[in-house]
Amino acid sequence: MNRLLSPIPVVVMVGVLALLGLLTYGVVSKSPDRGIESALASGETPAAPDIRLPKLGSDGEGSLADYRGKVVVLNYWASWCEPCRAESPLLQDWHERLEPRGATVLGVDVLDATPDAQEFIDEFGLTYPMLKDGDGDTQKSFGVAAYPETVVIDRRGRLRAIERGPVDDAFFERHVVPLLEEPA
Amino acid sequence: MRRALVLLIAVASLAAPAAAAAQCPRTSVADIEDEVMCPVCGTPLALATEAPQAKQERSFILDLVEQCKSKDEVKTALVAEFGESVLAVPGDDGFDRAAVLVPGLGLLLALAGITVATVRWRRGPPGGGGDGEAPAAAALGGSDNARLDADLKRYDL
Repeated sequence: MNRLLSPIPVVVMVGVLALLGLLTYGVVSKSPDRGIESALASGETPAAPDIRLPKLGSDGEGSLADYRGKVVVLNYWASWCEPCRAESPLLQDWHERLEPRGATVLGVDVLDATPDAQEFIDEFGLTYPMLKDGDGDTQKSFGVAAYPETVVIDRRGRLRAIERGPVDDAFFERHVVPLLEEPA
Repeated sequence: MRRALVLLIAVASLAAPAAAAAQCPRTSVADIEDEVMCPVCGTPLALATEAPQAKQERSFILDLVEQCKSKDEVKTALVAEFGESVLAVPGDDGFDRAAVLVPGLGLLLALAGITVATVRWRRGPPGGGGDGEAPAAAALGGSDNARLDADLKRYDL
């Protein structure tokens, strides 16, 4: 027992405990935030964090606030993401149907090379507005950890639905179409 | 005269690519990929072989290398595309501070350990009187000493 209380074992034990604590902190701090799911599940509609980013393919910046009064389907994607390729035609199709009714798909190209992103947009003929989040900074606000992920924001700027993975027609029918009838 | 002119043109045509190559900054994907991150993978690009984003980033670097960009120019272009976090240097906030704190703490612990060990070594063994008696022998009782002596005699050492 006395041997364990001598300085060297004590220092080693403190060092090991400190490293374990650091490892735990690292795992917890790098884990994606799932607060939005919890809030939506409990019936809350938290305000969407405002994001301001450069526009992709043109000068200037765009933000979520620019679309206040519209229903926004915010889609995080990247040109190197295979599921995004399958999802993009569906998003374009829904954008064309939603735009006349005061809604829009808003793409956020994340951690992507601009020439590749532009090529992707041209390939799929995407006409909805696009922002570029080069270092993925804004995705933390929505707990985005994989691609694609989609967040639905109502006309008052409140979060209403989130999908961790590709969306489908049923997602739009269930989470987006009902919001079109709500007042701004 | 004509022969000299042909010779001059031949020499010039050989020298031009060599001069261009000399002006072109020489770097390579391999030279850069251990100094930048694959942001999605969270590892240096050199370690991320199969990730789709890593492949795209490598292709982006290769394009710039083929345009004769220097290493610094390639890094600047990467930062413009992916932000400062693409550089393989730790950030200065949150968990990234551990990259500085852990080695510092390790160094302090190592110094403390060396100091304690040195002090103990200089003090000598606990209870040692400095009379030249081996510690192990000192720890033996009288009967053990006698048995040890008998064993040593038996082996004729």
